[in-house]
Order: sequence, then structure tokens, then C-alpha cells
Amino acid sequence: MLLEVEGLCVNYGHIEAIRDISFDVPEGSVTTLIGANGAGKTTTMKTISGLRKVRAGAVRFEGKDITNAAPYDRVKLGISQSPEGRRCFVGMTVRENLDMGAFVRNDRKSKAYKDDMDRVLALFPRLAERINQSAGTMSGGEQQMLAIGRALMARPRLILLDEPSMGLAPKLIAQIFSIIKEINEQGTTVLLVEQNAAQALKAADNAHILETGEIVRSGRGSELAGDDSVKAAYLGGDV
Amino acid sequence: MSNKTSKAGGFRARVTGLPKPVKFLGWIVLALLAYALPLLEPPFISTPGVDFGGVLFVVTMYGLVALGLNIVVGYAGLLDLGYVGFYAIGAYTVAILTSFHANWPLLLALPVGMLATLLGGIILGTPTLRVRGDYLAIVTLGFGEIIRLVAVNTEWLGTSKGISNIARPPSLELFEIPHLNWDTGVPLVDFNDSTTFIEFGVLDQIPYYWMGLTVVILVLIADKLIKDSRVGRAWEATREDEDAAELMGVPTFRFKLLAFATGAFVGGLAGGLYASRQSFINPQSFLLLFSILFLAAVVIGGQGNRWGVLVGAVLVAYLPQRFREFDDFRVLVFGLALVALAILRPEGLFPPRRTVRAKQLEQELDELEGAHDGHDGEAAARA
Repeated sequence: MLLEVEGLCVNYGHIEAIRDISFDVPEGSVTTLIGANGAGKTTTMKTISGLRKVRAGAVRFEGKDITNAAPYDRVKLGISQSPEGRRCFVGMTVRENLDMGAFVRNDRKSKAYKDDMDRVLALFPRLAERINQSAGTMSGGEQQMLAIGRALMARPRLILLDEPSMGLAPKLIAQIFSIIKEINEQGTTVLLVEQNAAQALKAADNAHILETGEIVRSGRGSELAGDDSVKAAYLGGDV
Repeated sequence: MSNKTSKAGGFRARVTGLPKPVKFLGWIVLALLAYALPLLEPPFISTPGVDFGGVLFVVTMYGLVALGLNIVVGYAGLLDLGYVGFYAIGAYTVAILTSFHANWPLLLALPVGMLATLLGGIILGTPTLRVRGDYLAIVTLGFGEIIRLVAVNTEWLGTSKGISNIARPPSLELFEIPHLNWDTGVPLVDFNDSTTFIEFGVLDQIPYYWMGLTVVILVLIADKLIKDSRVGRAWEATREDEDAAELMGVPTFRFKLLAFATGAFVGGLAGGLYASRQSFINPQSFLLLFSILFLAAVVIGGQGNRWGVLVGAVLVAYLPQRFREFDDFRVLVFGLALVALAILRPEGLFPPRRTVRAKQLEQELDELEGAHDGHDGEAAARA
């Protein structure tokens, strides 16, 4: 198992953001957490990447306990994240942003680095066109692509994608999801957090549904997508 | 203003387009001119009534301090309102070691002073850099005052009487260099007025200026090397978005501490040199006002741009000396200038290229709005 989350509890002050969450991310899979606003999806992501401290529970990566590891150590181990709201470095150019993604690598002059850069630019031709443009001047969709590309530059084993479809037009959402699939096919395990349940379930091997800080359903993506109660609650009944 | 920035961009492009040897030669000529400035005593630029060499020395000290503070404020984005505290630690360490309690030579005391300041930076930074933004400003503000008050109240540090007889740099006294005399309107070589190369005496302050200028040049080179390295990129990412930087694998706390300590180190160097030149220091030399002036130099010049902050330092240190006759209005004019600057050039006189570039692109994008390139973005904004 690549990532194991066991009995995770996280508080914001006295408020319990997530309670006793457990799930696994198998190597090579696309695993998704879906749920409404405030269900605890982003908190779970931040806890896995180390930005949030846990109150109880454990996070293991390749069997190694990383519950209290610093965020930068987790990046070195192979977990990288495209955060909610993109969070591109708006003053830097596209190339500099991608280069920041490779910060933990010490091979900036090597062929492997260049190959990874080429791979990211092949995934997102739009970024290649704007390589010397400031990230802050790009559209939301382009910034999302940049955030994912930047996370890929660390050469992660596991990529965490937090709401990559947020605020994007339907055409762009479809494009982002096809790229997520491509990233997964190239060998990177994906943990995806989404409000767009329909697309996420379609893309995912495994899915977990979060409600007010707890996992209420788990199953295969396709299985949950066909489930009547899930349809009613998350898919607006029209899928 | 947009015209101006594009013109400046064109000039920059032309300069950077020059072949390497030409550029190198240009730098040498510029440096020589800077070294020769107090000997040339050019009319309008030199300061009537005040020793020009002394003014230039103070300018180099402000330049040094601005470069150091720019690392903290401009590169790492940490608002430090007590930078004078580091300046004071450097000055007092040198003062104590060379006169008050020991008889060390300056060249030995100076590195110790810089190390003491570095340590001060780490001790202050370790607990405080964990807090963000405004709190840091308040804590550093307090720090600067605490250092001064400790000096005022400690017998061992000379209390408000201060410390005198601080060691000067060692002299070499190799040869004499005559000054130019402009009294008749044409420049004449004046052999009655000359500077000994290199005598660190009491009257002639030009050798101190040369020393200050040399240190500024060395710090400039080091600054460029650091800024262009992995460290510089980590600072920039941390300044822009700390959480995102962490997610890229940047240990942000360590890099903030490094910026703080590096800045302190340079501040300590400036303080030590200043103490040596003055030969006398007391707590009055380290008032809160100086922290504000140092920060003003950085902000006016354009935080994040090493040449910008140098210009800021020159303005803050030189103009009041040049226009002494308007001394009474100094603070008033300074205030007006700051207000005008905040309105006309909020990013400083010479903001870093990055800020300029981002602005230009924004403008271009605005112009393109409606063209097919902008559509995705607009659709995204609507969704």
C-alpha cells in the first residue's frame, strides 16, 4: 500500500475538522475523496502533506510512519501536492514556477530534469506557449495546469490534487480530468479531492465519501457512481 | 508612467545586449569614478560646508545597511523595524573589544562583531520568525529599543556616556593623491590639498569612504551570487506564499532564519565600520529613527532590487547633507517626498524587474481582452 491513513483526527481549536478517518491509496491507483463544502476534504489533504498537525491517528507512506514529518521531508519522500486554489507563485514566470516544483531535487542540470520539464510541457502545451510569462497574468485554467505541472516536477510517487476543477469552465474540467488520467497512466499514483463528484467518480478506481468530517461510504468509483443514494445526494440525480 | 517603464526596459535591454568585455569595462569605469568622486569634488555634487568625504562615507554605510536590510525585507519579505539593533550590536562589540575592555586590533574585532550580530539574529529570529507579518514587525521594533536601552543602562557598556577611543583601521601611507580644485570654474590639480593613500586619520575621511565603498562592492557581489542561487529562489517562494513554498519542499522557517541572520551579519559589519570611523559611540547613535531611515532607504529605492535600495540609501543619506541650508524643513520635505512616492511609485523608485514585468504583462493582457486569447480566462472567471 502506497499511502495508509489510519484513525486520523484533526482539530481547528475546539472544532473537530475530521474524525477518525481511515483509508488506503493503493500504488498505481486513482483514489478520490468527495464531499460537500466543509466535509473535511482539504483538511485531510493538508494533513497528508504535513501542513496540519494531527490530534490522533497515523499517516504511513510506503509503510513508513510520516505522521509528524515536516512537509518538506514528505516532498523528498515522494508526496507532492497541487493545493486548493492553485497557489501558483504569481510573481514568477511559468518556468520559474515549474523549477520551484523541482526544489527538492539536486539534478537541475541533468537530462532527467530536462526530460521531466519536457514531459510536463507535453502534458500542458499551454504552459509551453507561456513559459516566460508571469503566472499571475494567466487564467484560472492555466494556473491550475501550472499547479499540477509544478507538483509533477518533484517526480512524486503520489500526487495530491485538491479541487483541480474548482472555478473552471466545463470544457476545461474535461481537459483537466483527461490529463489526470494520463498522469496516472504514466505511473504516478493520484489522490484526488473533488466537489465535482460526477467527474471524480468516473476517473477514480476507489472512492470515499466524506460528510462532516467522517467517511460515510467507500467503494469502487464506478460502483458509487451507480448507487442511487449517492446519485441523489452528490450527482444531482442526472448522471 | 507606462512610457517610462518601457523606455527603461529598452535601455536595460541595450545594456544587457552589450558584449561581455564591454560590460566588464563599463563596470570598471563606473567603479573608478565612484572611488575618485571625493577627489574630483565635482561642483553641485560635493557638499558645501560639510566634509564631502565624510558624507560619502556615511552614504556607503547606509548603502551597506540597505543591502543587508533588503535581504530581510526585500528578498524574504520579513518586516524588520528594529534593524538598528543589529547595527548597534556590531558597533558595540567592536567598541568593547578595541577600546573599553580589550585592546584588540580592528581587523580582529570586526569579524567577532559580525559573528556576534549573526548570533543575535539567530537568537532573535528563532522564536519570532514563527509568527507572521505584523507580529514580527512589533517584536523587532521592541528588539531595537531593548538593545539601545541595555546600552544606556549597563555600566559595562559605558551607559549614556558611550565608548570612545575605538580602534581605527590600520594605515598603509603609500603615496599622496592630489584633489581637484574648482574655485576658478575650471578644474585644477591642487597639490596643497591631497589625500594619503591609505591613511585612516582623524581629519581626512576619504580613505574611510574607499573602505566603505570596497565593502559595498564585495557585499553587492555576494548578494548577487546568493540571490541567483537556490537560496534566492527559496526566499522568493517563501515571500510569495509560505504554504505553497512548504509544499515545494522548502523548509521555510530555516530559510527565513537564514535571511534574518545574513541581514544581521551585514548590519553588524556596517555598525562595526561606523564605530571605527567615529572612534566614539553612544546610545544616541542607535535611535529608533535610524531603523526607520534604513527601512525608508529600502522602500524608497524599491525593495528586492539591490541597485534600487542603493539609490534609496544615497537619497536618504546624501540629500539632507547636500541641502543643509534647508535643515529646518528636512523632515517636512522628507515626509512630502514619501507621500508623493507612495502615490506615484508605490513599488519604489526602482522596483525589481519582476514587478515591472508583471505589470507590463497585465497591461498587455488588458489590451488583448476580447481577443480570442482571453476567452478561457473569462469563462473561468464566470464559472
